Amino acid sequence: MTDLDRLNQVLQDQPYIEGFAQPSSVDFSTRSAVKEKDLKGREHLERWFHHLSSFEMTADTVSRSTDNFPQQILDLLASSTEFNSIELAQQWKVDHQKLIGAIKSLLANEGVLATKDVTEKRLELTNEGVQFANEGSPEFLVFQFVGTEGAAQADIMKQPFGKIGMAKAMQAKWVAVDKGTVVRKSTDVVDSTRKYLESLRLGEDVDENQKKELKKRKLISEVNIKGLLVSKGESFTTNLAKQEADLTPEMIASGSWKNKQFKKYNFESLGVVPSSGHLHPLMKVRSEFRQIFFSMGFSEMATNRYVESSFWNFDALFQPQQHPARDAHDTFFVSDPAISTKFPEDYLERVKTVHSKGGYGSAGYNYDWKIEEAQKNVLRTHTTAVSARQLYQLAQEGFRPSKLFSIDRVFRNETLDATHLAEFHQVEGVIAEKNLSLAHLIGVFTEFFKKLGITNLRFKPTYNPYTEPSMEIFAYHQGLAKWVEIGNSGMFRPEMLLPMGLPADVNVAGYGLSLERPTMIKYGINNIRDLFGSKIDLDVVYNTPICRLDK
Amino acid sequence: MPTVGIKKVILDKHFNRNYTEKEFDELCFEYGLELDEITSEKAAVEKERGTDAAVDLNDQEVYKIDIPANRYDLLSVEGLARAIRIFKQEIPSPQYKFAEAPKSGLQKIIVKKQTAQVRPFVVGAVLRNISFDADSYASFIDLQDKLHQNICRKRTLVAIGTHDLDTVQGPFEYRAEAPKDIKFKPLNQTKEYTAEELMTLYSSDSHLKAYLPIIQNHPVYPVIYDKNGVVCSMPPIINGEHSKITLNTKNVFIEATATDKQKAFVVLDTIVTLFSQYCAKPFTVEQVEVVYEETGVKEVYPLLAYREMTVTTPEINTKIGIQLKEEEMATLLNKMSLKAEVVGKETLKVVVPPTRHDILHACDVAEDVGVAYGYNNLVTRLPESNTVAVAFPINKLCDNLRIEIAAAGWTEALNFALCSRDDISTKLRQPEALSQAVHIGNPKTLEFQVARTSLLPGLLKTLASNRDMPLPLKLFELQDVIVKDSTMDVGARNERRLAAVYYNKAAGFEIIQGFLDRMMRMLNVNPARADNGYYIEADENPTYFPGRCAKIIGPKGVVLGHIGALHPEVITSFGLTLPCGAVEFNVEPFL
Repeated sequence: MTDLDRLNQVLQDQPYIEGFAQPSSVDFSTRSAVKEKDLKGREHLERWFHHLSSFEMTADTVSRSTDNFPQQILDLLASSTEFNSIELAQQWKVDHQKLIGAIKSLLANEGVLATKDVTEKRLELTNEGVQFANEGSPEFLVFQFVGTEGAAQADIMKQPFGKIGMAKAMQAKWVAVDKGTVVRKSTDVVDSTRKYLESLRLGEDVDENQKKELKKRKLISEVNIKGLLVSKGESFTTNLAKQEADLTPEMIASGSWKNKQFKKYNFESLGVVPSSGHLHPLMKVRSEFRQIFFSMGFSEMATNRYVESSFWNFDALFQPQQHPARDAHDTFFVSDPAISTKFPEDYLERVKTVHSKGGYGSAGYNYDWKIEEAQKNVLRTHTTAVSARQLYQLAQEGFRPSKLFSIDRVFRNETLDATHLAEFHQVEGVIAEKNLSLAHLIGVFTEFFKKLGITNLRFKPTYNPYTEPSMEIFAYHQGLAKWVEIGNSGMFRPEMLLPMGLPADVNVAGYGLSLERPTMIKYGINNIRDLFGSKIDLDVVYNTPICRLDK
Repeated sequence: MPTVGIKKVILDKHFNRNYTEKEFDELCFEYGLELDEITSEKAAVEKERGTDAAVDLNDQEVYKIDIPANRYDLLSVEGLARAIRIFKQEIPSPQYKFAEAPKSGLQKIIVKKQTAQVRPFVVGAVLRNISFDADSYASFIDLQDKLHQNICRKRTLVAIGTHDLDTVQGPFEYRAEAPKDIKFKPLNQTKEYTAEELMTLYSSDSHLKAYLPIIQNHPVYPVIYDKNGVVCSMPPIINGEHSKITLNTKNVFIEATATDKQKAFVVLDTIVTLFSQYCAKPFTVEQVEVVYEETGVKEVYPLLAYREMTVTTPEINTKIGIQLKEEEMATLLNKMSLKAEVVGKETLKVVVPPTRHDILHACDVAEDVGVAYGYNNLVTRLPESNTVAVAFPINKLCDNLRIEIAAAGWTEALNFALCSRDDISTKLRQPEALSQAVHIGNPKTLEFQVARTSLLPGLLKTLASNRDMPLPLKLFELQDVIVKDSTMDVGARNERRLAAVYYNKAAGFEIIQGFLDRMMRMLNVNPARADNGYYIEADENPTYFPGRCAKIIGPKGVVLGHIGALHPEVITSFGLTLPCGAVEFNVEPFL
C-alpha cells in the first residue's frame, strides 16, 4: 500500500489527518505535497484536498514560493536568534498555517529547532468583512449605483446592498433623497471602509477609531492565533540530511539502515482503522447472559416458536380467560393460522377443570372456561409459554431436577415509545426441584446478579397471575440513588403444575428480565429503537465495546 | 397494576399517625405495594395541561400507590389503612356481620327472565345509617371507579350502582327492555331521555362512550326499577338522577349487575367490607334478597363468606424456606388479616375473610407467611440438585457461526420479526409470499401486519437508514423467520435463516458468493456436486435481477436458498440507490 492509499484510508474515517475538529498544519503541509493526479481513485483524499482549499488565503497574499520553506526558515535562523511565526507570516506575506507546517516538519529532525507556544490576539475579517473587502462597502456601492444621473430609491432597495448601503450613505451625506429619487450630494468619495478592511486583511495596522467602527459593524472580530516562538535548537544546522520515511526490505538486506536518518513517527495521530465485521450489541449481551446461565448449570430451552396457542401461552399457566393480558390491546392475535386444534386431551381437561371449578386444593376462578379462547393463536407474550411446554414434557418423561433458561423474543401489542417495542427479548430462568423454597430462589438471584456486577439486592412481594409467592427483584442504583426494579420472579402456582402431572412436592420457580434494558444501561442508549430494529445507527454497532456485565 | 392516589392528610388520618415519606415507602415495599410518586392535584394538572389550567387547584400532597392487581380490598384508603394497621398489629381484624333484618323484611330485587339475554346476574346490599363526609364520599365514588376499571373489566363483567334508599321504595325489579321503552332522567341531567336518545347523547361523552358497546347491539337493555317505576339505573351505562347519593345520604342501596357471577360477589363484598366502617354499627351490612322470577330461585347477598382452609406448617415452611412453629406461623397470618388457629400438630385452620378473595390456594397462604416474615429476612440457600447445562443445538451452531461471519467482515443487524405485508410481498416482487405468511389479526400499525418470511426486508431497511455510511456496507442477520406449516400443532413454525447483503457501487456477485463459500467452509461443507457438498445453479427468482440469480443446493440435494444480485425494483422499493448482492439460506439442515 502506498502512502497515498494509506492517507486515503485515514481520511475515510476522519475529516482531517490528525482528527475531527479542524485541519492542522500537518494537513496543509501534506496537501502541498499531494498532486492533482494523485487524487484519481482516492475519493476520500480528493474530498479532503478540495475541502482544505476553503481554508486557504486568497491568492494575492501568497507572494513567496512555498517549495523550500524549511530551508528558508533555517537560513533565517542562521542569521538571527529567534522569530515569531505569526509575525514572520505577515512579513513574508504567507499563510501562517503553511509556515507552521514547515516548522513542524523541521521538528521531525531532533534538536534542530527549539519552539515555544505563543498566542496573539489578532483582528480577522468576518464573512461580511471579507465580502466588503472584495466587493466594496454597501454605501459605496449605493453611491456608484446612483451615478451622476440619480436613481429611484425603490430600485436601490431591490439591490442586495440597498438597505444597509442607503442608511450608511445618507449618514455620510454622500447621497440625499428627493421625492423618491436618490441623488449624489458629494462628487468625490473614497470607500474608506473597504480600504481599512483590506489593510487589516494584510496585517497592516489601522487607526483605533476605525477598528472600533468596523467592530461595531461586525465586519471584523478579535481572534486568538496560536503561533510558535522559534529559536535554534541544540543541534542547529542549515544542512539537513535526507530523512527516510520508513524502513524498507532493501535497507534490511543491505544493512544501510545503520547510516540513515528516519523521520519521526507522529504518535499523536490515530492509526488506520482495520476493516472488520461486528456483532450486534444486543447479541453481545445475550452471549454474556447465556454464559452466566451455563456456568450455573441451566440448560437452554427450545424457544424457536413465536406462534403459540392461547392454551400454552395463558391457560396452561392458570391465567383466566378474562385476564386483561388476553385483550387485543396487549396481545397480537394471529388471524392466519387462526387456531390450534391439537392439544394433549386429558391435560386440557384438567386445565379446564382447575380454571372453572378449582381442584388440587384450589378454589379455582369459577367461570365458564371456553375451548375457543384456548384455541386462539397468538404471538407468544412471554417465553414462559415454552417453559410450560417443557415442564409438561418433564412431567410426562418422569420428573428430574432441572434448571432451564431461554433468551428469546416475545411480542406485545403495546403503544411504542422510547422504552417499549412491540417485540423484545425476555431472559428467563426456571428451576424445578423437590422442596424448592423462596430462600433457594433468592440464593440463585444473589449469584446470578453478582455475575452481572450487581450485589445490592432486595426483594418486594408482588402479584403475578401464575406465580405465588411472587417477588420483584430490586437493585440499588448508585447513579439514581434509589432502588430500581431489575426483574420479576415467583414460584409457579400448584394450579399450573399439578394438572401437568408433576409430583406434589416439586416446586418450580421462574424469573425473568428483559435483555434490552440492561443493554441500554450498559451502553448508555436512551431510545430502544436505536438498539433494536432497522433504525439502528451502524456506527453504534461498529463501536460498542465487548460486553463484560460485571465491569 | 392499579394505582390509587390518596391525599397525605387523609392517609395520616386513617393511619392515625404521620408517616414520613421514607417510612411510608419502606412500609409499602415490605407489604408488597409501591409508593410510585408523590404529586398533587395541582402538579398533576400542570404536567398535563400547563400552569394556567392548574392555578385554582389544590397543592396538597397526594401519594400515588401501586396496588397488586388481585388485592381489590386495598383500592381505597379505608381498606389500605385497615390492612396495614392490622399488619402493624395496631388494630385487630374486624368481624364483618349481617345486620338484623328490618321489621318490614329484607329489600328485594326481582329478576325478570329477559335479563338472561343481556346481563343475567344481579346482587345487592344495604348500608344503614352511614355518615359520609366530603372525603369518605369522594373515596366511595372513587372505589367504584377503581373496581369498574379493574376487576369489572371496564364494566363488562360487573357494573355497580349506588342509590339513596330513602328516595326509592322496594321491591326492585331488574328487567331488560327495548331501548325505546326505557325513559328516565339520568345522573347529572335535567330532563328525561329514552335509552335510544342516551346512546346518542353519550356517544360524544369522553367518559361514558367506552361503555356503550357493552349493550348497544342488544335488542333489550338492562334496567332496574323501584316499586313505583322509578329508574334506579341502566347498567352498565348510567344511574338515574332521582336516587343519586349525596353527602347527606343515610341509607345506601347497592346493586351490582354482572355477566360473571363470581366477580359480582367479590365486588359487592369489597364495597360493603370497606365502607361499612362508616355505618352507625360499624362492619355490619344489611342483606338484599334476589329472586329469579322464572325459576323461583332465591339468593341473599352479600355473601360475606368466611372461608376455612387447613394448611400444614411443613408445607408452608418448605415453600418459603423457614422453620416456624405453629403458633409463630399463626401470628404472622393474623398480621395479614387471615385468622389462623392451631388445630393439631403441624396443622393450622385458616379463616379467610371476605376482604381476601385473592386467596385461592394454600400457596396464597404461604405467600402471606413469607410477606409477614419478610422476604429480606430469609437465609439464602442454593438449589440442592446438581444439573448439567446443555445448549440448544441450533443456538449453539448459530452463535459459533455468527463469530465467523463477523470475522469475515460482515456486520450483524437485528430486525423485527414483524413487518408490513408489502415488505415481504410487493417490495420483494413476491406477491404469493403472503399465502405462506403468518398474519396478525389486530395490528396497531402497518409495521406489524405479518411475521417475516424472509430476512432480506429487514436488512434492506437497515441499509436504507444507514445510506450515508462509508461503502461498501456488508450486513448479515442470523435469525428466525416464520412460515406456515400444517404439520405443527399451531400451524406455523420458525425457521433459522442466514441472510447477508453487499451494498456498493457494483453488485459484487463474486463477493457475496465468496461469503457463501466461506460460510460453507465454516460449516465443513465443500463445493461439489455431490451428496455431501454444495453448489449453486442458475435459477429465476423475482427478487433478483434476471439471469443473476442462483439457487443454493446443499448436502443431500436440499435447496437451501438463493443468491444473486437484487432486482433494481427491489432496491428502489426500499429507498436504496446502489446495486446490491444478496444471499439467504436455511441453516437448519446443518444441525
